[in-house]
Amino acid sequence: MSMLELKYIVPGDDFTRAGEASGDVKHKLKKIGYNPDAIRRVSIAMYEGEINMVIHAGGGEAEVNIDPDRVEILLIDHGPGIADVEKAMQAGFSTAPDNVRSLGFGAGMGLPNMKKYSDEMYIETEVGKGSTVRMIVYAQR
Amino acid sequence: MEEEVITACGSDMMSDVLAYVKDQSLLLTGLVNPQIVRTAEMMDMHCIVLVRGKTPDDTILKLAEQKDITVLSSPYRMFTACGLLYSNGLRGGCDVS
Ligand SMILES: Nc1ncnc2c1ncn2[C@@H]1O[C@H](COP(=O)(O)OP(=O)(O)OP(=O)(O)O)[C@@H](O)[C@H]1O
Ligand SMILES: [Mg+2]
Repeated sequence: MSMLELKYIVPGDDFTRAGEASGDVKHKLKKIGYNPDAIRRVSIAMYEGEINMVIHAGGGEAEVNIDPDRVEILLIDHGPGIADVEKAMQAGFSTAPDNVRSLGFGAGMGLPNMKKYSDEMYIETEVGKGSTVRMIVYAQR
Repeated sequence: MEEEVITACGSDMMSDVLAYVKDQSLLLTGLVNPQIVRTAEMMDMHCIVLVRGKTPDDTILKLAEQKDITVLSSPYRMFTACGLLYSNGLRGGCDVS
């Protein structure tokens, strides 16, 4: 059991709401007085992942487990999966269509950014089934 | 707005803002959708300036108010708006690498 366990549904059909879960996590971490640097890293990493679920996977679920020494973020979707994770991790690689780019995303920077801001990141994915991204951010880096 | 703004960043791509911004507190953008507020929120930016005379809709304003982020609108294009702020002392704060 973690000190604080949070669960969210991330709707895939409402771009306006993408980031709501990450915003709520940020708010809660601030309220409990978590390390500001860790809050920032959690916020950016989770927001990138949440946006990915919305634009690439039709939404999903987010689970966040907060402990004094670390925050675990789980992003679970049942979208198309990622065929080549190594390629997807490269800066600049994106399959986002033009309409996503006109919304300000799709530069292929999200996954590398998530890797940069988290301390541990694991991707489990199966084409046609979905993806689960697990990230851990330590309170002290 | 009571926060003092020292550094700024201009971009229409939120992907780039999320990847490259360090501690700039002002975002200039020509993009108008709620994700500009979310991005500013995650990056701890306090103020958004919409360039090219764009105006925020109610969804954006409501969200910004809730997140305590100021939204301004400027008639200038991105280059000029950035130039004006720069010539008045604001800096980029971005890494050159
Ligand atoms: N949850 C996901 N489901 C399916 N594919 C994904 C998922 N997340 C990422 N991808 C794939 O990996 C690619 C790279 O993702 P990444 O987040 O780095 O860039 P992006 O989302 O395309 O653009 P940006 O994050 O800069 O807005 C995506 O274009 C997409 O093909
Ligand atoms: Mg992305």
